[in-house]
Amino acid sequence: MLGVLRTMVCRDLLLAMRRRAEVANVLLFFIIVASLFPLGVGPEANLLRSIAPGVIWVAALLASLLGLGRMFAADYADGTLEQMLLGATPLGMTVAAKVFAHWVISGLPLVLISPVLALQFDLPQELLGVLALSLALGTPVLSLIGAIGAALTLGLRGGGALLSLLVLPLYVPVLIIGAGAAESAASSLGGQAQLLLLGGLLVFAAAFAPWAAAVALRISVE
Amino acid sequence: MSIKWFKYSSPQSFFPLAGKLALWFGALALVACGVGLYIGFFVAPTDAQQGEAYRIIFIHVPAAWMSMFLYLVMAFWAGLGLAFNTRLSGMMASAIAPTGALFTFLALWTGSLWGKPTWGTWWVWDARLTSELILLFLYFGFMALQAAIDDPRRADKAGAVLALVGVVNIPIIYFSVKWWNTLHQGASVSLTQAPTMAATMLTGMVVMAFGFWFYSIAAALMRARCIMLERERASEWVADYGRGSA
Repeated sequence: MLGVLRTMVCRDLLLAMRRRAEVANVLLFFIIVASLFPLGVGPEANLLRSIAPGVIWVAALLASLLGLGRMFAADYADGTLEQMLLGATPLGMTVAAKVFAHWVISGLPLVLISPVLALQFDLPQELLGVLALSLALGTPVLSLIGAIGAALTLGLRGGGALLSLLVLPLYVPVLIIGAGAAESAASSLGGQAQLLLLGGLLVFAAAFAPWAAAVALRISVE
Repeated sequence: MSIKWFKYSSPQSFFPLAGKLALWFGALALVACGVGLYIGFFVAPTDAQQGEAYRIIFIHVPAAWMSMFLYLVMAFWAGLGLAFNTRLSGMMASAIAPTGALFTFLALWTGSLWGKPTWGTWWVWDARLTSELILLFLYFGFMALQAAIDDPRRADKAGAVLALVGVVNIPIIYFSVKWWNTLHQGASVSLTQAPTMAATMLTGMVVMAFGFWFYSIAAALMRARCIMLERERASEWVADYGRGSA
């Protein structure tokens, strides 16, 4: 079964590499949204330093929302998804592989670029690691929760706005805890508690979200 | 004596029963809300610290209770529909959603009216307020998803998955007070400790909670009746009902 999953991940990554512009768009969106905030609130260093983790987290949230619609759409359109539903591999595992590939494409670049954005906001250097780590633990949760929303809205009219309405409220705990990690590290409390909570959320979401998304896919395709 | 539980799982036989129940629960809701408001406005003593402003508690707290409770009930019906593939369960879930959203909005609205004289602000980004706001968004998401799907069976099932996922949010609402200690006061009514408020205040709140509960039942059943008529419009019994013989 692991072979099937590896094939699935490689296939999705290869498909993404064939359309590099779409991958780059999400990353550019992330950078632009985060860069808009200093223009909106003014260039005072103290203010920017205090809002940096929150702004970067919100930007990451919106950016990860952008790519969600594509998670199953292409496979649904060309009939591949039906073959996956009929296949011998448990659908939950297939979904987990797709979510992982989606995260590598849309979440991992955000994690890697986030220290650079944090420097724009003059965040102290010792916090860069905590911020990147919180994003590394949090963005997979966003992809996992988003998979449920993407599966539910598959093939519906006005899917994009509807998907945001369904998924954003469910993202809120991740946002609160994730942005809280760097903030409490800045106040010398240390961000361990938040990072552990994020890790817990990740384990919880990884266990249940693919299964829920699989149920949702069957409902949407039947 | 065996009761035919499943008789009322078909819309045709549930429709007249729902009509009768809605009438009775509507009447009970009027009585309970009348008594509750009377206790709240005329019997309960003036609060030593907050003066008369606290009296909004008789709307605010029961509405907040109902907003969370109704989400659980909705998720219960939705889950039942998903597990047993019954038609009526999904209809009940979609009938409850607007009432739940109404009470969530009412809790936020009255909370903001209460916050201004006591805390000096309409809104604070406290955990409980925020969770209640998220609950409102969850209700909206549920209704929006169902509205976007044309096939009612798919709408029921997709809504059920969303409602069950959203149930994860309910414990967060309840435990948020302990997790993030902020401006909002801790819960003053709990099952394990003696309440810290006057007995008449508690009575008023509980009577109002029952009033809202009965109202929710009546409103949900009336809405379920409309949904039944809409979805079963091709069937014989709806045609009979339309001619005025049922």
